[in-house]
Formats: sequence, C-alpha cells, structure tokens
Amino acid sequence: MSALIQRLNGAPFVRDMAGPGFAFLAVLIVFSLASPQFLSGATFGSVAFQLPELGLLTLAMLMPIITGGFNLAVTFTANMAGLTVAWILEANGGVDASPEVFAFAVVVAIGVGALAGFVMGLVIAFTRAHPILVSLSMMIFLRGLGEFLTRGGDVSGFPEFLHPIGHGSILGIPVPMLVFLVCVALWHLLLSRSRLGFNTYMIGSNIEATRYSGINTRRVVILVYTLSGAMCAIAGIIMMARFNSVRVGHGESYVLITVLACFLGGVHPDGGFGKALPVFVALIDLQMLSSGLNILGANQHLATAVWGLLLITVMISRWLVLRLRSNFASSRR
Amino acid sequence: MVKFIRTHGTESALLAVIVVISFVLSLVTDRYFTVGNAFDLLNTSSVNIIFAVGLLVVLISGGIDISFAVAASVAQYGTALFIAWIGGGNWAIGLIIAGSIGIGLGCLNAALIQGFAIPSIVVSISTFNVFFGLLMFFTKGVSIYDLPDWLTEHVVLYERQLADGSWIEISLPVLVMAICVVATWTLVTRTTIGRQLYAFGDNPEGARRFGVNIAAMRFIAFGWLGLMAGIAGLVQAHYAQEVVPNALYGRELDVLAAVVLGGARLGGGKGTVLGCVLGVMLTQITQNGLNLMGVSPFAFKMIVGAIILIAITLSNARIERLLPFLSRKGA
Amino acid sequence: MALFPEMTVAENIGFSEVVGHGLRLVDYGRIRAIALEALAKLGVSLDVDAPLKEFPIAQRQIVAIARALVGEARVVFMDEPTASLTQSETDHLLDIVRNLSASGVAVVFVSHRLAEVLEISSRITVLRDGRLVGVYPAEGMTQSKITELMTGRTFEAKVRAAPRADRPVVIEVDGLSRPGQFSDISFKVHEGETLGITGLLGAGRTELAMTLFGMLKPAAGRIRLDGREVRFSSNRDAIDAGIAYLSEDRLSLGLIQAQSIVDNLVISSLARILSGGLISPGKKTSLVGKWVAELGVKIGKPEDAITTLSGGNQQRIAIAKWLATDPRLLILDAPTVGVDVGARAGIFDIVARLADSGLAIILISDEVPEVYFNADRILHMAQGRVVGSYDPRAYSLHDIEAAVYG
Repeated sequence: MSALIQRLNGAPFVRDMAGPGFAFLAVLIVFSLASPQFLSGATFGSVAFQLPELGLLTLAMLMPIITGGFNLAVTFTANMAGLTVAWILEANGGVDASPEVFAFAVVVAIGVGALAGFVMGLVIAFTRAHPILVSLSMMIFLRGLGEFLTRGGDVSGFPEFLHPIGHGSILGIPVPMLVFLVCVALWHLLLSRSRLGFNTYMIGSNIEATRYSGINTRRVVILVYTLSGAMCAIAGIIMMARFNSVRVGHGESYVLITVLACFLGGVHPDGGFGKALPVFVALIDLQMLSSGLNILGANQHLATAVWGLLLITVMISRWLVLRLRSNFASSRR
Repeated sequence: MVKFIRTHGTESALLAVIVVISFVLSLVTDRYFTVGNAFDLLNTSSVNIIFAVGLLVVLISGGIDISFAVAASVAQYGTALFIAWIGGGNWAIGLIIAGSIGIGLGCLNAALIQGFAIPSIVVSISTFNVFFGLLMFFTKGVSIYDLPDWLTEHVVLYERQLADGSWIEISLPVLVMAICVVATWTLVTRTTIGRQLYAFGDNPEGARRFGVNIAAMRFIAFGWLGLMAGIAGLVQAHYAQEVVPNALYGRELDVLAAVVLGGARLGGGKGTVLGCVLGVMLTQITQNGLNLMGVSPFAFKMIVGAIILIAITLSNARIERLLPFLSRKGA
Repeated sequence: MALFPEMTVAENIGFSEVVGHGLRLVDYGRIRAIALEALAKLGVSLDVDAPLKEFPIAQRQIVAIARALVGEARVVFMDEPTASLTQSETDHLLDIVRNLSASGVAVVFVSHRLAEVLEISSRITVLRDGRLVGVYPAEGMTQSKITELMTGRTFEAKVRAAPRADRPVVIEVDGLSRPGQFSDISFKVHEGETLGITGLLGAGRTELAMTLFGMLKPAAGRIRLDGREVRFSSNRDAIDAGIAYLSEDRLSLGLIQAQSIVDNLVISSLARILSGGLISPGKKTSLVGKWVAELGVKIGKPEDAITTLSGGNQQRIAIAKWLATDPRLLILDAPTVGVDVGARAGIFDIVARLADSGLAIILISDEVPEVYFNADRILHMAQGRVVGSYDPRAYSLHDIEAAVYG
C-alpha cells in the first residue's frame, strides 16, 4: 500500500490532479446520493453550456497567475471585445449582417482584447509596478470606457446565424463547450510544450535568474498578458452569443471566481507552478456543484458560498496530507 | 522637508499630483477651491478611508484580504437585524455590534491562514465567496429600508456658513473616520504591536527568531481590518440610509487600488496611514473635479482608471531610472 | 540576517524594546539611545534615523552586530558575518571583533574563509558532516591543516602545467571601458586556456564579466570573438555567439531554486531541444542524463527542485546549464561561493577538464589561491583597471597575495 502511495506521489500528473480530482469525486458522490436526477444528461447539458464562460476567463487568468501576477481586468476586457463585435455588426446591417462581417468582427475583437492585455503587459514589464495595481486600474478604465460608450445600456439585435454559437450543439456537444475544449487543449500545449510556456513558469519563480539565463523576460511578460487579453475576447464573444446581448458588467462577478478556480486547480498563488488540465477539472467541479445545488433547489448564491467552502476544504486537506506524510516520514526514520 | 521626501517618496509624489490636479481644477472651475467643497470631499471619502486604513494594517503585516468589503456587508446587515430585534439601540450599541461581527469575520480569516498554513490571498478569496454567497442566500437579496432614526438621521457636529454663502459641516462619518485614522496611525507607528507588525511583514523569519508572536500578529492585523470593516459598514448604512446586501460588493478592489497607490507594498513591511489616505483622496478628488467640470458621470471611472494607470507608469518608471541600483540590490 | 530593511537603524538595533512587553507605546527616545550606545561600543557612527535599506550590506552587518550587543551581551554568535563583504570591509569588521573580545565579550565566529578564522581566533573548532572533529589552539594552525581536518583528505595544491602555445585565440578584448566601473581593459584568452581575474570586491570584475556577456554595454573598446568583432544587444546574443556566464549569486541569479533540476538545466538551450517548434520531452531527458553523468552530479529525480541539492551539486548543475549551450568561452564568477571546501576541488576538476577539452575559461575570484592554482594566467584588477598580470609558474602565491590584499 505504501509502495503504491509512493508511486502515485512520484507521478507528477497524479500529484497535480490530487486536489481537484478528489473534489470531483466528492461532489459526484454527494450529489448522486442526494438526488437521483444528478447523474443525468440534463446535468451534463447545463454544465456544458455554463462552464465555457467562466472557463475561458479562467484560462485568461491562469497564465498571469503562473508568472506571479494577476489580470483582474478579465471580465471587462471580455465585455469590450463583445461590444466591439456588437458595434461592427450594428454598423453593418444589425440583424442582417453577413457571416463575413461577423468573422471580421471576431478578428477585430480579439485584437481589442489583445491590445488591452498588451498595454498591461507593457506597463508591468517596463515599470515593475505590481500586476494587481496595473490590472486593477485597467479594469477600472475599461469599465468606465464601456459604461461611457454604452451609457450603461445593452447592445443587442444580432443576426440569426449567431444563435448556434451560443446555443447549438455539434455531435451532442454544445458549441461553447467545443470552443472551450479547443482553448483548454491549446493552453495545455502552450504551457507544457512551448518555449513561451516554459519561460512563463521560470519567470513566476524568479524573473531575474530567468533574465540571466538569456531569456527576454519583458517579451515573455508582454506576450503572457497579450494572450490573456485575447482569451478574454474569446470569452466575451461566447458570452455575447449566449446572452444575445452585450452589457458592460456582464459576468463581473466572475473575476474572483476565476482566481478561485485557479487555486482550486493547484496553481501556486505566488506563481511558478500550475497546469491547465487540473484547472479544467477544478472548473468542472465548480460547475457540477452549482448544477447539483440547483437541482436541489438552491440558488446560485448558495453555490458561490459552497465554492468558497470547497476551496478551503481542499486547502485544509492538502495541509493534513502534508502533515501526515511528514509524521509518517519522521516515524520511519 | 528634504528628509520627508526621501523617506516618504510615494506620499510626496501623491501629494504633488493632488496639488497639481487641484490647481488645474481651481482654474477651470470656480467651485472647486472652496472650503465647502473640501468638506464635501471628506464626507464622501469617509467610508473608503476607514476601509483603507484597515486594509493597510493587513498589507503591512504581509497579508492581503479581499473579503473585507463583503464582511462589512455582513456586519451591516447583522447589525440592522439586531437593532430591529432589540427595537431601538443607539450609535454605541450599533458600533459595538458591527465591530464585533467584523472582528469575528477577520479572525476567521486569520485562523484559517495561521491554522492551516494557507496563503492569505487563497483564504480571503474563499471567504469572500462564502460571506457574500451566504449573505445573499439567507437574505434573499432583500434590502432593509426600515432603519431606526438614530442611524438614518444626518448628524452634523459642526457647521458654519461662510462669507461666500456656502456651508461647511463636519458630519458624524467624518468624525468616525478621523477617529479610525488616528487610532490606526497610533497603532502602527506608536505602539510596540505596530512596530512588530512592520517587522513581521518586512522579514517574517527574522521577526519569528526575535520572538515576535506570529499568530498574534495575524489575528491583530485581520482583526483590526475586521473592526474597521464593521465600522465602515455601519457608517455606509448611515450614509446611504438603507442596508442593501450587495451595496459594498466590488468595493474591495477600489480600496485595494487606492491603498497600494498610496505606497503600501503587497508583500508587507511598508506603507503609511498618510499615503493610504492620499491614495483614496486622489481618486475622490479626480471624480469630484470631473463632476464640477460637468463631465458625464459615465466618463468618471474611465478617467480615474487612466489617471491611476498613468500615475503608476510615471512614478515607477521614474524611480527606476533615477535609482537603478534599487532594482538590482533589492533582490 | 534577521534584520528589517524598511525600519530605521535605531529600531533595528533596539528591536528588543518592542518585543515581549505586550501592548505599550514605543519609546523612540530610549530606542535611539540604546542604538547610539551600542554603535559607540563598536566605535562606529551611523545615521540611526535612516531606514536600514539605504545602507550597504557591510554596514547592515555592523547593525546586526550592534544589535547583538544590546543588553550587556556576554557571548556574541556570528554566523558567516563576512560572506558578502569586501576585503577592506572585512578588515574593519575584524577590528570590531577584536575590540569586542578585548572588552571581555566572548565571540563565536563561524566562517568558511580560513584566513579570517586564523587571524581572529584564539581557538578553532572544526566540524565535519555535523560531527565535532576537534578543538585546536589557533597558534600553529595553518590553512592547509584546517582544510585537511575539515575534509578528512589532504590536498596537494599544484599550479597548472604550461598550456600549449599554438592554440588559436577565442576572445580578444581591447580597451574595454565603462565609466565608473572599469576602464581600458585588454586581454586575450586562447582555446584551452584559463584566465584568472582577481581583485577585491568592487574592483569591477563582475561588471566586466556582465559586459562580455552582453548584459551591460561598453562605452568604449572592442570585443573580438574568434577574430570577428561582436556587439551584443542582450545576453541572448552573447549566448548565441558562444559566451556563457556563471553568476556569482547562485541562489538568486544563477539558478531558479524552486524549479526542477531538469528545467534549470535546459533553460538556456531551449532551442536545442525543440522538435516541430515544441519542446521535446525525450530530448530534454536525454540532455539531462548526459550532463548529470558527465559532471557526476548527485541528484534524486530530475524533477526534484534545485533546493534538494547541496551547494556543490547545485553549482555543477549551473555549470551544466551553460555547457548545454555549447559555449566557446565560459566565464565563472566566484564559482565556489557557498560550496564547501571538500566539493570545491571537484568543481575545479571539472573546470580543468573543460579547459583541456578546448574551452576558453575566465575564472573570477577574490580568493587569490583559487586563481593561482587553477588558472594559466592571472590578471589583478583594482578600481576598474588591470594593475598586474602574473604567470603562476613564475610567481609565488605569497607575492600575488601581497599585491592583491596588501
């Protein structure tokens, strides 16, 4: 038995997955027992439709946290990208806009998101101001800009062909979920196999030593925040298609939830460590929890509270495991 | 003076920015540079300043807290329910109840951080969701408008009409704010506990070896923020004349930005009460000035965000260019 | 050091005043008086109201000692107090220690710099692997004797054999200057040659190395690599051109302590382990296996953090990281800092092997014996200039030490 534990502890994948995986099983078992409806297609459907918005924003938060920073502007960057698409559609015929216009709008919107990230990256890389402060002021700025341009109202009236992007399915898998899965795969590849991903981890642990190793750390920081902004834009477009409208402040409450999801997925709060797949599992945990509570008749607010409790529980269990392990090691010595 | 600028670089820079902005505003509007307006500013900034000095203590000790604003909502709601239940009450009872709830929630954070070695950002993100989620769940989002008179009545402690016809007044929130500011200043600069907090934030291992009680430091810092949050919650209810469970939601990030802008360091050991008050005032003055200039309210936040972004870019870029050895030796 | 950089000197020295008395108002006047008194005992004057972070490391060390004296200390324990001091600062500190013992305070002085230990101590305690080897009177002790006791082995130090003269020049530096740091530096290093650069801390050695490595720009002068003039806009250019620089500060600049051995090893040569634009785990593993075997590094698993390794093994990984970039010139800046005496010989064995394989090496150290026994030629730098050039086969160690430390 102890040999098995040793082997399992040795495998990095198992070690990274322990927290979110444990939570996954706990949530699954508790709700299956509490409600027979839980293990059904309906639950899967609601998880698959609701997960992508939060999930894409969490991916946008993930890379900055690994570098030891934060991007607190994720939701408003997403809103601005959504607004960009909406305005381009509006200016080109509104409900009658062509798919080509939409494609163009998507490209511009991703550019807008990337630009917001680029500016943050630039300020963080060159001034060494704390990312929390930089991204907070960018958040305040974008919120203000959006509210100024929309006067606090929403923009709607989109062409018919947008509906499937928010509500359609391909082979039984909702389109937003497909987009999200592709993005998770992309981020996983980027973080685990690309030079940018490698450098992201190194910077998170020690930016000066990384620079001494011949890596252009400013370029890496700027790229990380630019990519984060682009990912926000994708989230913004999906949110637009889901709600069929754009309003500044949509998904505002997600900011701190994305941070929570990252921590639940084992991302180190000071940076340097964290992987895309455990964060993906952590997101599923959170969404299953809220769907499960929904079936039991509770509202989203209770789910929010339980999310917080889940993170605390996972952190306490981690502490207990470490403590038991060190006791075990010292008793064997 | 020179010494002040050397030892209080951020505060001096902020003060300079505020002076410049005030100067420009006094040229373009005739209302800005009046005593009356200055007191208006104090009135509207009270709640945020109380939050800010509380958060400052946690930042000095090397922690961070995201949950204080929703904790204030919990304290506010709890106090409103309690005084409705006892049917009456007064400011003293209100402050004691709100403060106690705040201290309790702050100590909960400290207990989780200390007891299970969880980083404070992780704990406070969790408790942020727990506090807010449970508050909204149990209250069903229902606001309380039926507050006792003592809480909603505008209390003016001092008022005088000036020669130009405008009124200056010092209201209760300003007094409470002043007491909180002075108390926090005394705590962090004049008491042995405060100096231990700085030392703990500056070099936790060094402080521990010196016999500083780490657990006590955490409970004091988070408890103090809890106390300030409870008080700020009650003052906000007084100011708004209602208790809305999600009224303070989102305030945590604005306050955090102001405190960090005021020179407090994320990571501990650095920050002053003066800087933190100036940080809050800068954003308030900007909004106030834009208001007097007749700028659309929708543009306020955009301009405030841009000003903070430019301010941090300029201040950090300049410091690094002038003192390049700082960044090298700092490691 | 258990100091508080953001607080004033006075508060650092008088910190015991604010601990362990419960809640009380701080008596700044008393703290100031305590600080001034402690500094006076040491015969030092500092601005006690300035924040500690404004002082260089040597003066912080003095503050730490002053604090130890508060409250009529009878015994002061100093753990490697000179580790980051220059020679003149060290001399000053040793004077202070002498005054202290003269005034009746017992001092325990922990150091790996044997010359200091001999100079200051009346008795020397030698520990090895956590065990007491013995306590010896300082009188009659020599450095080599202590080394023998510390490692349990005898080292017979020899200067390097004369290198072959016909090797091509790898790097040629001509009139290199940076105002305020170094000026008019010229030298050549041949294939298979080791150039030692010594001098006191602050002589401009590290700045010179950083300039060769492309992290600082020269104000004047030329660098030729294999006969071609080079200008670097970043250290990446220098690495691509075949220059590697092992930082003097392994803990915070040389290696990323929290990250794994494998990632630290490949960080500077990522371009060599790509396949199809992505990092290939197979190539990564084989690269690590190769260097761990080649340099005889003792590691647990390649995925373990650097912090699991001893100082000597960490330094081997740091050297391997640069060898993986396939350099022409390897600059070693204080490669034995934080490496225990026994493991130092191992590091220099590797350096000698690398030189024999044709690598050009610049070895920077403020410990003259290190360059004397491991370099083919020695440059002595002082105040940013080359003030002497020695062939270890023609000069005695004592002569060079007298020139550098004297």
